[in-house]
Amino acid sequence: MNSLPWIDAIVLSLHETLWDILPILSVIVFFQLTAIRKKIPHLKQLAFGFLLVIFGLGIFLVGLEQCIFPVGIEMANQLTSAEFLAGENLTGAPDRADPGLYFWTYLFAFCIGFSTTLAEPTLIAVALKAREISTGSISALGLRITVAFGVAFGVTLGAYRIVAGTPLYLYIVAGYLVLLLQTFFAPKTIISLAYDTGGVTTSTVTVPLVAALGIGLASNVPGRSPLMDGFGLIAFASLFPIIAVLGYAMISEQIARPKRGN
Amino acid sequence: MTQAVKLLLAKLAGAFFDVLPILLVVVCFQIFVIQKPFPNLQTAVAGFGLVVLGLFLFIQGLETALFPIGERMAFQFAEKGNVFWVVFFGFALGFATTIAEPALTVVARKAASLAAQARIIENSPGSIAQYVFNLKLTIALSVGFAGALGVLRIIKGWPLVWFIICGYGLIVLATVFAPQEIIGIAYDAGGITTSTITVPLITALGLGLATFIRGRNPMVDGFGLIALASLTPIMFVMVFGIIFHGVSK
Repeated sequence: MNSLPWIDAIVLSLHETLWDILPILSVIVFFQLTAIRKKIPHLKQLAFGFLLVIFGLGIFLVGLEQCIFPVGIEMANQLTSAEFLAGENLTGAPDRADPGLYFWTYLFAFCIGFSTTLAEPTLIAVALKAREISTGSISALGLRITVAFGVAFGVTLGAYRIVAGTPLYLYIVAGYLVLLLQTFFAPKTIISLAYDTGGVTTSTVTVPLVAALGIGLASNVPGRSPLMDGFGLIAFASLFPIIAVLGYAMISEQIARPKRGN
Repeated sequence: MTQAVKLLLAKLAGAFFDVLPILLVVVCFQIFVIQKPFPNLQTAVAGFGLVVLGLFLFIQGLETALFPIGERMAFQFAEKGNVFWVVFFGFALGFATTIAEPALTVVARKAASLAAQARIIENSPGSIAQYVFNLKLTIALSVGFAGALGVLRIIKGWPLVWFIICGYGLIVLATVFAPQEIIGIAYDAGGITTSTITVPLITALGLGLATFIRGRNPMVDGFGLIALASLTPIMFVMVFGIIFHGVSK
């Protein structure tokens, strides 16, 4: 019945993806011609692969925009709306921010942070490479789950911070101190990978939903403004995965150590 | 043939399970917490199908194009043994992908309107366009710089930790001196640089270089390009703020 808008949306999205990929292709072709001066091997296979990337990403983004984002954003709005929070309170609209009232909001923050990170294509790519390079001693799914727990914790803490109204920099400074300590004590082989995961989590799937949650909370919690307090969730979502991956590596090293001693 | 079909079906199922958690979260909250009927159920189901199909195709594309091209270029550069070209390649890749990023324009415009409000620049289309251009150039240069430095670091085998500690130290220092209105923009800029197409390519490039250059450990030296590329924009934008807006009082 309404198949035409779908096709329009996909064509538009493909067009955008094509523009994203053009600068990369031009750089690659330029360096192949000037610096490397060799034919690109398996050109047909690569061209087919690029088509898969363009179509895959284009279709993925349309699906997100038609299905996941509207429902997720609507849900974030409802879970942070004054009516919903008042219903929990029963005495009417809360006149001051009471962190205990926001149980469902925190649970949603945790679940949405966790689940969107698992579907993040850039994290999938990095995890596949980590498994290959470590010859299987790092499990791709295990890494993604660890990162997802980090993001989930970060987003929940970020939501709590907006409700409680504590200044952002306190958390950031504390977070970086923990990170600094971990960097000194964690196994050397995991550090680069851990810091890379911090950069890939704030990507296509996670950012729109988490941003909607932050702006919803900052607009509806009494005494907060979206301009001043809406930020920070994304910063947390890139800080805590690093802490989680380093922490996981430290714990598994501790567990492995006595066995090696025997 | 049937083997290949089975493999494809398994990968399609993999993509389905990657996206399934989001579906579960949304459905559970809709039923148990919000307790309202689902809006546009048909659209949502069809959209979910597209998400699964798209992710499946993209992962296939990773393995047939983005990973191999990153690795092959790393091999060809390592074989040539010319440090300049590969460092220049790192710069060009970072710069080109960032300057073309639509999200960059959005952030730069937001920064320009904040600057115009704070009367740092004149509120005229000309000076706003100039400000947007300067900021976009700054951020793209910062990612290019990260690409070049990151590649050089892999070639030389310098530990990433030095860069991380110096980088965050400089960011903390810059946060003290940078004008208030630029700080949020600076942290936002750090998140822009991780495009879905660039990440797999530069990850494969970095790991490829660390594999083909003798004496490098891929796990220790190969990762880290993305970490640098999310650090430098924050620093560069704060310095940009200090230069164009003046030191905070």
